[in-house]
Amino acid sequence: MTLVTDPAAPGATGAYTEAAAHRRWRHLKDRAARLMVRVGGVAVLAALLLIFVYLLVEVFPLFQGASVEARASYRIPGDDQPSLFIAAEEQAEVGFRVSSSGEFTFFELGNGGIRRQGQLSAGGAAVSTVVPVAEDRDLLAAGLSDGSVLLFQHRYDVSYPDNKRHIEPSVVYPQGEAALPFMNEAPRALAVRESGDQILFAGADLQGRVHVRSYEVQTSLLGDSTLEVGHDSVFTPSVKPARLLLNPGKEWLYVIDAQGRIALHRLRGAEPPELVGTQDAGSPVLQARFMAGGISLLTSGQDGKIIQWFPARRPQSSAEAGTAWYLARVREFQAPGTSATTALGSELRRRGFAAGTEQGRVALYYSTSQRKLHEWQALDGPIALLAFEPRAQALLALGRDGTLNVFRIKNEHPEVSWSSLWSPVWYESYDQPETLWQSSASSSDFEPKFSLSPLTLGTLKGAFYAMIFAIPLAVLGAIFTAYFMSPKLRQTVKPTVEIMQALPTVVLGFLAGLWLAPFVETYLPGVFLTLILLPLSIPLAAYLWVRAPAAWRYRVPEGWEAVLLVPVLVVVVWFCFLLAQPVEAHLFGGNMQAWMDHELGIGYDQRNCLVVGIAMGVAVIPIIFSIAEDAIFSVPRHLTLGSLALGATPWQTLMGVVLPTASPGIFSAVMIGMGRAVGETMIVLMATGNTPVMDFSMFSGMRTLSANVAVEMPESEVGSTHFRLLFLAGLVLFLFTFLINTVGEVVRQRLREKYGNL
Amino acid sequence: MSEPPVAPTRDDLSARDLRDVRTFVRSGTPWVWVTAAAIAASVIIVLSLLFLIAARGMPYFWPADVLVAEYREPGREPVPVMAEVVETESATTARLKSAGLKVDEGRLYYDRHLLKVGNRDLYGADFRVLLADWLVERRYPETVVVLERMEWGNFYGELEALLRDGMVVNVGPGAYDAWQQRQAVAGRLHNEIRDIEKGESGAINYGLERLRLKRRGLELSEKTTATDPEAFEELTARQKELDARYAELQGRLGKLYEELRRDSVRMRAVDGQTIEIPLAAIVRGFQPNAMNVFEKLGHYAEKVYEFVADDPREANTEGGIFPAIFGTVLMVMLMSAIVTPFGVIAAVYLREYAHQGLVTRIIRIAVNNLAGVPSIVFGMFGLGFFVYLVGGSLDRLLFSEALPAPTFGTPGILWASLTLALLTLPVVIVATEEGLARIPRSLREASLALGATKAETLWRVVLPMASPAMMTGLILAVARAAGEVAPLMLVGVVKLAPSLPLDMNVPFLHLERKFMHLGFHIYDVGFQSPNVEAARPLVYATTLLLVSVIVLLNLAAIRIRNRLRERYKALDS
Repeated sequence: MTLVTDPAAPGATGAYTEAAAHRRWRHLKDRAARLMVRVGGVAVLAALLLIFVYLLVEVFPLFQGASVEARASYRIPGDDQPSLFIAAEEQAEVGFRVSSSGEFTFFELGNGGIRRQGQLSAGGAAVSTVVPVAEDRDLLAAGLSDGSVLLFQHRYDVSYPDNKRHIEPSVVYPQGEAALPFMNEAPRALAVRESGDQILFAGADLQGRVHVRSYEVQTSLLGDSTLEVGHDSVFTPSVKPARLLLNPGKEWLYVIDAQGRIALHRLRGAEPPELVGTQDAGSPVLQARFMAGGISLLTSGQDGKIIQWFPARRPQSSAEAGTAWYLARVREFQAPGTSATTALGSELRRRGFAAGTEQGRVALYYSTSQRKLHEWQALDGPIALLAFEPRAQALLALGRDGTLNVFRIKNEHPEVSWSSLWSPVWYESYDQPETLWQSSASSSDFEPKFSLSPLTLGTLKGAFYAMIFAIPLAVLGAIFTAYFMSPKLRQTVKPTVEIMQALPTVVLGFLAGLWLAPFVETYLPGVFLTLILLPLSIPLAAYLWVRAPAAWRYRVPEGWEAVLLVPVLVVVVWFCFLLAQPVEAHLFGGNMQAWMDHELGIGYDQRNCLVVGIAMGVAVIPIIFSIAEDAIFSVPRHLTLGSLALGATPWQTLMGVVLPTASPGIFSAVMIGMGRAVGETMIVLMATGNTPVMDFSMFSGMRTLSANVAVEMPESEVGSTHFRLLFLAGLVLFLFTFLINTVGEVVRQRLREKYGNL
Repeated sequence: MSEPPVAPTRDDLSARDLRDVRTFVRSGTPWVWVTAAAIAASVIIVLSLLFLIAARGMPYFWPADVLVAEYREPGREPVPVMAEVVETESATTARLKSAGLKVDEGRLYYDRHLLKVGNRDLYGADFRVLLADWLVERRYPETVVVLERMEWGNFYGELEALLRDGMVVNVGPGAYDAWQQRQAVAGRLHNEIRDIEKGESGAINYGLERLRLKRRGLELSEKTTATDPEAFEELTARQKELDARYAELQGRLGKLYEELRRDSVRMRAVDGQTIEIPLAAIVRGFQPNAMNVFEKLGHYAEKVYEFVADDPREANTEGGIFPAIFGTVLMVMLMSAIVTPFGVIAAVYLREYAHQGLVTRIIRIAVNNLAGVPSIVFGMFGLGFFVYLVGGSLDRLLFSEALPAPTFGTPGILWASLTLALLTLPVVIVATEEGLARIPRSLREASLALGATKAETLWRVVLPMASPAMMTGLILAVARAAGEVAPLMLVGVVKLAPSLPLDMNVPFLHLERKFMHLGFHIYDVGFQSPNVEAARPLVYATTLLLVSVIVLLNLAAIRIRNRLRERYKALDS
């Protein structure tokens, strides 16, 4: 002790520096703590921003257009005859071409070097046309100059010798190398489809007649199969055929004439085809082809219009006898520079396509979202053929002069646009534009339907019914608790209601789905009786209490009315549900749901909005109650006392002084409760049927944005359009609750400042 | 002479004028009562919810009496029925008629029983709905035996004989006791087998998998048997050792199984069908009608223990929920370890370090917004950011030998804890801030005046005093996290986890594993299981457990908070 305080003592310098070092160390610690705390504090803000930014980053690519990059340009390999067909295989490594001389060429897509070349087994005949038979299997049909048809397939065998990819292209003939006899002359137009046991040909001759012939595949007992002609017919369509198209289901035959009229025929096996309807494209049709799935037909015209058609059913009311079907003109797209569209290429797995014009410009489109994603100058001269690689990551554009340009395409999310997300879209196989959510795509035949409208509507609907249930109970309850209730009672009542906030929503959802829903279904009349009788019984009980003998009344202190009402409420509700079945038996023929369905036309789902409204209402009551009660309770006492002193009744004071002062707080409570109801997941997941529907009925289910995410997110492919759309749903929820909460919070902070001044 | 003025009574002052209906309405009293009714209704809803959960969850473990009766449906042959009465409700005649029953239309409604008949392997369904009036000759014979089985649900019937190696060893009245003894032995064997399979066998499998990954790791770093013979030889040697141990274990298991499968019982269902059930397939058998209240209570306790300590059976619809409890607790603990420091630091920043101004205002709004963001959005963020982005990168950096099978790039308990930590951050911040605000300024100033730095004041004075507040925040956060399901569905919860995230294999805590959770258990068993009717009582029991834990946690938090308020009230003044 003395040593340290004595400056002359030996070792003092040592102690002094030690103390200084210690002080420095303490100072350093203080600085470090300050820094750490500051970083930690700002990290909270950063976390919120991170969530927002991350959601945004996931969603952003949805609304990006496509980008295109030139990869190679060369003269198409092979002979000088016009090209009839070009294609590329899945890895975008090998290209394929068939020319009218019957020569086929496989070439390096990168530089045009020939991989393999040969002659189709056409028996010396020239090839007049090449049409797709089954796009997903690369099966083609060549119409030969002698009128016969040759089926062939371009095939790519991938192997990995020495861990490097090697692609071996070849042409195979699934029905044998001999062409199948069909017509006596080269078909002016040809359409061929094949499915398992049948091949169907449709060909037009120079006289304007259409020949239809089917080959049936007969499999003998020994397992080898032979082809036999099934039916063979000729008919004259209403328009002179320049083009023929047949859908993969071999049901619809489209006949297009040189002027641009389209006749839709329905094939019925051996019977003569039935004319379903004729439509006018408005200008001569230069190109026509199916989109992926083979339901929609695209035609491109001299006037640069690209039109999407498909057969649809007329609305039931206007259905004329016989022809319920008609050819619907679904969408229109404008080609670049409104010049004649000379080439159309469609993606193999999505509803996207490309159009090339006389001036050499190419544009990428997507049908469902009605978007034009990109447009660029692909060639200097007119474009003859366009072909996508199956993954739609490369596009081949062949000019009339034989120049082939290969483009790399980045076009990941063309399926949605802002308008297709929110307004009705005419989907394939539907009879009118609708807003639908059907995300699961099992095959390329299925057009995914991404409309957020039904989900948003479901969300709002659920929140609406929840608020209808919760607001009166919570706000009125808060008024009584904060303003009328005796302080002692308030001390127990408030935590009791707030405990409800802690109840896991999964428990509420479980009770709603498995207990409340069947209960409401069985005792539906009881619910309505309660709605009518309960509000009536309260003033009545109040009046009876006022008329009750004074001796009784004095026993109950003021502010205990709520306790008095508990038995009343219990008895009334019990009575209502006791009456439910007699009422149902006497008034509704023993089954109220059936009665509603027959008499009022209201359908009833067991898990419906009424149930969700009650369950979600229970979940938000404590939130609204807690905030509203605080707001009312913190209205300064001198304001209310002043009002009462001036002779106002408690009720008048409440209406004239307390509520106006506390209204921003109540508003903020309702807002925050609403935010909770909108984002609630488990209750709606468990207590609704989770069907995305567009109606407001109290007795139907719904699917909300949040439940949709919970259901579909685990199965969604990372990075796909569906995945990003779910993030968009999350972003919508985030922004919505952000807005509501911020408004509520700002109002609350203002209120606090105001009371601070009073 | 005028009469002397009478002192006004309380009656005159307040209520008398209200007796007239019009003044009653105008005074606003009915509206006051309406507000009173609203709060009464809210409280009734809370209490009846808790009551409902308790009333449905608790009887699950009670061995109910088994009814034997004859069901005489008009126009049909009478059928014998042996079942537990689960529920009775009334239904209108019209509904019953539309269900195809020949009911008397003169009556308005009928009582109908939901009966658990069990014997799913014989009848196809566990439950039947029968009209009470047609169920006659009811009795409760003491010889009825209920078997809880490993699969196919309960069996209701009577014991015919006890068999060993297919030969009858005991029939008649003594068979029941003999069987109970054999059943106890079988139970021990069963536990032994389970311990081996879960413990040693699991450890060997884990070791083999690690060896495989090591080998793959060596290959990935371009080492071959030529360049690094020792490393590979060591791996091979260890693999051989494990294989040998595995073979030995299989031998032991085989013997145990053989022993276990020797005994069986022959049971007769109420309709006369007999069935032989090996004891290995039976969890327990008992005669509920012969049990007195104390025996039933004992049984109740046994079932409760099984419920909280055992693994689930039959797609989670039977047995215990131990893995779900364990998963929930572990996840919540991990979450607490993450959220507490961050929440406290953020609160300290807001209250002690930051200048009260725009920045703190914005941060407060951010905190409130974080509390208001729907939980499912946190789940999406957790899945996209933590699992795919962070986890995926970790996998590429550290666990490349396991690819393409992801290690951390797939939902797991670590990501679930992180996600929930983010979700519960506002709870901790708000509670801690409130606690800090209640600590009187004078204490801080005293500490600073004595020369302590700000950090020291914080660490030695402020934080210890605020610790109950932090505790409150943490408890509330735990309660919130224990009940949250929606985000967990995306970031790591599964219906059935093959192994617990904590076990005896190095490194003991497996943060990448998926886990089970009580809340998700409720959702999954209640809504996704194939036999919802049979699973429902168990779900109610799970619900009861979860709700009691959460309510208790909340009550504790409220108590601590109130005490805290009291404590500093004195210091303030």
